[in-house]
This record gives sequence, C-alpha cells and structure tokens, in this order.
Amino acid sequence: MPESTRSVVLKVNGLPVTVASGTTVAAAILMTGSSIRTSVTGEPRGPLCGMGICFECRARIDGIEHQRTCQILCSQGMEVHTS
Amino acid sequence: MSEHFDILVVGAGPAGIAAAVSASDSGKRVGLVDDNPAPGGQIWRSGASPGAEADQWLTKLNASSAIRLQGWRVIDHPERGRLRAERSQECREFSYGQLILATGARERFLPFPGWTLPNVMGAGALDAMVRGGLPIAGKRVVVAGTGPLLLAVAAHLSRRGAKVVAICEQARPGRFVPFAAHLLSEPRKLLQGVSYLTATRGTQFYTGCWPIAATGGEKLESVTLERSGTKWDVRCDYLACGFHLVPNLELAGLIGCRIDDGFVSTDELQRTSVEDVFCAGEPTGIGGVDVALLEGRIAGFAASGRITEAVKLAQRLKRRVGFVRALRDLTALDPKLKKLAAGETIVCRCEDVSYGAMRKHAGWRAAKLQTRCGMGPCQGRICGTAAEFLFDWRSDHDDSHVRPPVFPAMVSSLRTTHINTEHDDSLIVPGTSTSISKETP
Amino acid sequence: MSDVWDVIVVGAGIVGSACALECAKRGLRTAVVEGRGVGSGATAAGMGHIVVMDDSPAQMALTHYSRTLWADLSGNLPADVEYEACGTLWVASDEEEMQEVRRKSAVYTSAGVATEILDSQMLSDAEPNLRQPLAGALLVPRDAVLYPPCAAAFLLGGALRQGARLYSRKALSAGAGIVRLDDGTDLHAARIVNAGGTEASELLPGLPIRKRKGHLVITDRYPRFVRHQLVELGYLKSAHSLKSDSVAFNVQPRRTGQILIGSSRQYEAEHSAVDAKIVDSMIERAQWYMPQIGALSAIRVWTGFRAATPDKLPLIGPSPADESMFLATGHEGLGITTSLGTARLLVDHLQGIQTKIPIEPYLPGRFAGSEAHA
Repeated sequence: MPESTRSVVLKVNGLPVTVASGTTVAAAILMTGSSIRTSVTGEPRGPLCGMGICFECRARIDGIEHQRTCQILCSQGMEVHTS
Repeated sequence: MSEHFDILVVGAGPAGIAAAVSASDSGKRVGLVDDNPAPGGQIWRSGASPGAEADQWLTKLNASSAIRLQGWRVIDHPERGRLRAERSQECREFSYGQLILATGARERFLPFPGWTLPNVMGAGALDAMVRGGLPIAGKRVVVAGTGPLLLAVAAHLSRRGAKVVAICEQARPGRFVPFAAHLLSEPRKLLQGVSYLTATRGTQFYTGCWPIAATGGEKLESVTLERSGTKWDVRCDYLACGFHLVPNLELAGLIGCRIDDGFVSTDELQRTSVEDVFCAGEPTGIGGVDVALLEGRIAGFAASGRITEAVKLAQRLKRRVGFVRALRDLTALDPKLKKLAAGETIVCRCEDVSYGAMRKHAGWRAAKLQTRCGMGPCQGRICGTAAEFLFDWRSDHDDSHVRPPVFPAMVSSLRTTHINTEHDDSLIVPGTSTSISKETP
Repeated sequence: MSDVWDVIVVGAGIVGSACALECAKRGLRTAVVEGRGVGSGATAAGMGHIVVMDDSPAQMALTHYSRTLWADLSGNLPADVEYEACGTLWVASDEEEMQEVRRKSAVYTSAGVATEILDSQMLSDAEPNLRQPLAGALLVPRDAVLYPPCAAAFLLGGALRQGARLYSRKALSAGAGIVRLDDGTDLHAARIVNAGGTEASELLPGLPIRKRKGHLVITDRYPRFVRHQLVELGYLKSAHSLKSDSVAFNVQPRRTGQILIGSSRQYEAEHSAVDAKIVDSMIERAQWYMPQIGALSAIRVWTGFRAATPDKLPLIGPSPADESMFLATGHEGLGITTSLGTARLLVDHLQGIQTKIPIEPYLPGRFAGSEAHA
C-alpha cells in the first residue's frame, strides 16, 4: 500500500471516494467497482499496461479528457469522470 | 528559455537511476526525466525485492545532486541538444550536453478471446496498480505469459495477501529450469519465493501453459488455461498476463540512433550511433535489473568523462552477455500463441479492430490505412507489437520512421514558439507567423 | 508473359481507383497496376474533404459535378468510408472577408450550388468553439468529408467485382500501349491511364506536375468540438499561391470525433520529414480561430505530397506525347473531391461520349508547346 497514512477525498463520477495518499486515480476508480472507460464499440475497459502507454485507463480529470489515470495520483477535491 | 543540463537522463528505472547517480558524482549538472509520479520505473515498482537493492539506489539518488524532473513525459527531440516534455498541461524544453536514454521496456500483449475484459492486465501492470493502491488481499490471481517478471509479480502479490492460484509460463520445462538462476538480481531469493509460493500458498506452477480465453460479464470471472492439449477453467479476479518485454525505442529512433535487430546499437561505453547520446538498459537488450544497473553506471561514468571507471564496469558487463541471450531464448514465444486470437478477437484496442479485419492485409501499413489499427493514442505500441508476432509483419514504431510526438501531446506542445508559457491565447495574434508567408492579394 | 486489356490504369489512389471502376462498369477489360497498396499515396495523407471550390469556373464546374456524384454514391458507401455531409464553413474574420463571403455566395449561387450566409451570431451558434466574435461565414451545406484509403479501396473493390484485375506490382514504364511491370510482365492495352499522382512523371517525363508538400495533425476524440469543415478565406490564397511556403486555417471533424488540423503548402520541399516551423505556423493559425484547440491531445503529425499543375486544374484526357496514354493526375488538394468526376470525364471522352461538363479546361494538351515545365 502507499506509504502515507494521510487520506485524500476525491469525486469519481460525482460520488466522494476516500483513498490513502499516494493512490493512483486508476486504482481509485477500480475501487468504486466501475470500469474506467468504454471502448469505441461499447466494451467496458480497464488498465492494461499500467505505465501510461495503452490509454485504456484514460478518464476525464478536472475537465480535461484523455488523462492516463494509472500515472496520476489522487489529489484532494479532484473530479474524475469515466466514459 | 529551456533549462540546461550537462547530462540529461531519460527514464528513472534502474538504468536511469544508476546513470544519474554515477554522472552526478562528477559535479556536472545532471537531470533525470521520468513520466511516472515517482522513480523506480517498472521493475522496481513490481520487483521481487523492493527492499534491498531498489532502496539502496533510491537512497543514493536522493542523496545525489541529480535534479529530478518527475512527472515529465518526453514528447519530442526537436534538434540536437534539445528535448521537449509535457507534464499535466505544461510543456517545457530541456537542453543537454549529453543524453542518456534509459527508456526501458514495456510488456508484450498477445490477444486471445476475452483479453479486453476489465481486470485482465499485464503482469507488471497489476503489480504497479497494487503499488498504486489497488486492494489485492484475498483476491484470486492467475499470472501468465512468459519471463521472469511473472515470478517476481506472483511472489510480490502473494506477500500482499493475494491468492495466486496459478503461474503459467509458456516456455517448456527444458528451457525454463536452467535459466531460473540467471533471472533476477537475487536468484536465491527468487527460487525461495517460488518454492514458498508452491509449497505453502498452493500456487500451481505450470510450464508450456497459457491462457486461451478470459470470460466474464462486465469484468473477468474466469480464465481457461491450456497445457499440452488439456484445457481447464480457473475462477479468478485478476489475470496478470504479459509475454515478456519489448524495448521502448521510439525516442532513440526519433533521435536517429541506429537500431539493430530490434535494439539500440551501443558500443562498450553505451554510446549510440548519435554523438553525445548514450543508451542504457532494456532498449539495448532485455537483460533485467543487473544489466540495467551496470549499463546505467557505464553510461553515467562515460558521459561525465570518467572513462576508466566506465571501462572497468564494461568488462563486468561482458560476462552478462550470455544471460541476455539466455533470457531471449527462454522467452521465445511458442508459435501456438499466434493462434489464440479468433476472427472476432480485438487486436487494436484503441480503435476496436479485430484480428479478422487485420489479417486480410498484406502488411502493417496497409492494415493501418484500411482498418485504422495503430492509429489510436497508443500509437501502435500495443497492437503493432502483437501484430509483429501474429502476422510476422514489421511494425513501424521501432525504426527510423518515428515522427514526433512520440507520445500523444497537446496540440500547443507541437509548436516551436510559446513553449514554457501557460496555455495563453492572448499571445496569439492573427497574421504574425514568423517567416512563413501568408498571402495577401 | 503478356496480357492484353482494353484499359490499364496505373495507380490505385482515389483517382485511379475511380477510373478503374468507371472503366470496368462500362464493360472495358480493365487492369490496374499498383505497387504499394490501394490509396497509399496522397490519398492516405490528405484530409478527405469533398468541397466545391471557386478558384476558377472550371474548378467550380468539376468540383460541383463530382460532389454530386459522391452524394449519389453515398448511400452505397460502407461504414468504414465514414462519409459525412457535414458541410463547409468559409470563415470571415472581418468585414473585408465578409464582402468576400458575399461575392463567393453569388458565384456559388449562379453555379447552382446552395449556400447560406451566416452572421456572427449564427456562426457562433453553429461552431461554439470558434473564437468570438468573428464576422460570419459562408456555409456550403452539401460539402462532405470521408476517410480516403477506405474510399479508394471501395472503388477499387467495385472495379474488381466488375471484372477488373489488380497487378500488385510497380509499373517501370508505360507507353505505346505497353505497361512493363517490375517482374518483367508486359501488359498491352489500347489505352493506358496514368493516375500516378506525384509519380506520374516517372512514367511520362516532362509532365507539368510539381510536388506540393502538406502537413496535418490529428487529435484524439473530441466529439462535437468541430461540426463542419472549417476553412479560412485565406485558404484560396494559399492554394492559389506560387510562393514557396504558406499555411491556412483548415480543420475538419472525422466521424470518430477526431479533428484534423491543417493546412500547409510548400513547393520547395522534397523530404517528407515534418517541418517544425510549418507545424508551428499552422497551429498558431488554428489557435487564433479556435483558442481551445491547443489544449486538445494530438496523436500524430504527418506530411504528404499533392500533385500540382501550374493552373491548379488537373490533367484529364489524352496525352499529347503518346496517343495510347491518357492522364488522370495533377489534382493538388482536390483529388478526393474530383475523383469521381475525373473518372466520368475521362471514360466519356475515351468512348467519344459527350461529357456532362466541358472537358477542355482539363485536357493535358493545354500545356503542349509551352515546354510543359511547371
């Protein structure tokens, strides 16, 4: 688990989620039970490569689309929307 | 204005960290660029021994004078001596006297029915996700594919409370056993880990075995494994499946470094064919942490002018050549793996292009143009790599036809002017393009 | 080994494929020679717009005629061709350009092409991501966009189903009724159609064709960010210009929601490498018209070469140098648009049938005697 015991509260699809500081946005989304994105033909998708290459983990963060959530740490008040 | 470094290292995995530490001992101004939130690259995020060796090097890095450019993703090399990188919505350029490329490797993914289900991911990927906070305790995990990464991941996940139900290595036993000892930096500990897993945690270890299907509704529920014609289903929550590693060559290719047989060509001091550009670690040949550390140190010493130290280490590296070759032989893929994908199986996940749609075409370029495979944001890194194996095509992202941006980047980051400013359109005035004529009647 | 045909079409880009289909449809025994894959030259590099342009009456006639043919065909196009009649907006940034909008509108109207003049508010309603305020725009509603490599493949596929035969080889030479392939095969035909694009001069040296380099950027998916093809009025000046380098604002939505950002034109550039200064200038222009475009994620940048003639009109018809050779090339930035019209004109003329629009302006003989050097 991430080292710090501090918590971060962010919103995933409008719902508040509390995670340990150092948690990636991808992990936070998966913890809500949601898939991260929907493919161009409508399949649910989750992270594949875990290193910012495959873009399967992409979501909208604070209004900006196509963010690679596996490489972004949750921060207080962040707003995340999955497709 | 761009920030200048005497030596700039790209990639903060073992090779990059070793290069940065070794170079900064010299008193030169050293920068270390990495696109992840924290250093360690892939293998040290998922290593079997995250304690000893990784900690030591990270401590050395923190104690060094190397300037950390964490979270920056390199998107372009506009000219000799200049790199362009992005972080969040910012774009910046870094200039360098010497460049050390330590861009590492990524996992190879081979498609099979159901591989696109959520909770099917790479082996290193699942481990990275767990390190990033994904709960794994009590979850059933199947680890599959090929290469030493599988064992490292299985051991680590198991220590974190996962129930690793099976480890499936596609290589046959005759290939696997002799090479086990060469594989990671602490082979004894690795073998201990394996026997620990099999003896006390009930992990089944199979060779000559691979997944042929993943099943589930909205996410993974079970995996079908095959071994010597026998098939059986395993219920699981995660499938961590990666078929070894392929080098990240795009930046080296963009810069014009010579690439031989799929790896960056370097001399014994880790110099590439481009002056002032070095390369260390996986892009020169998949060799694991030991080789990466040695090559990183050689490059760091050589770039900072400490040739004697570099040469001494280069002698030690020579002894590793056998291991690199052994690893390549071990992870040679069984041709049966080409047949896992069915006509409907998606190969290009960005554009949802199926195996059947791609197979019709004569080569990668024709397939790209006609089906749009490889035209998505992964820029062909996932599907192109798979297609090389599935169809014996030569994919084009590992040779000199690389064009910037080497990763998707903001449109504004493609500009040569207005770098280092926040995105600010009040700076843009119509009709003031420099030196490009805009016609007036 | 030799094969005998009524027509051999050299080059299976969009123009060659259209010609092959037209020939095959009319019962001509047709061979197609393509060494690098259907639609893989300029066809693969361009934006894929179908646009009526008024640089000259002859250009207007051909683009209008051909656009109508595309519209007639659109119902039969498969999904991967991504045909979308999104329309074009010629955007005016000031009152002077609005005058140009009105002038254009009159020209289009008199040619029978429907248009609508949008004022500043109507324009911003139609395209909310354009900078505001702009002066207005000319909407050409029936202009369209498509994905060219699949369009060319569709046309070629149609030709093959009607009996045409594809030789996946390079043509080393063509003339006097013989096309020699790089495997030593000679193909014989009464007529050879040179649809070689920027390589047409390899088969017929001295053609008045110059390569005109272009750059494009494609973004990730942003559905509805742009709804029409957007072009600045300066585009025509850029396309018309004989000066070496120019850029003009031109963005286009794909059905996927990706956005194509262009455009650039260079004469003196032989290498296909991306020119950072050109890209900078092109994006600067795009950012002026669409301030948010800089923040979008760009996946790829590439270049391509248009085949350009001195008078901006294609070469369609018999070559003055060789009576077995017909030309269908030199389409500059209008290859997709005018491919179907080119095919009709060419094959009508070949068969002695009255063409629907006059073919004279496009006949290659118009350059004979002027030493045919651009």
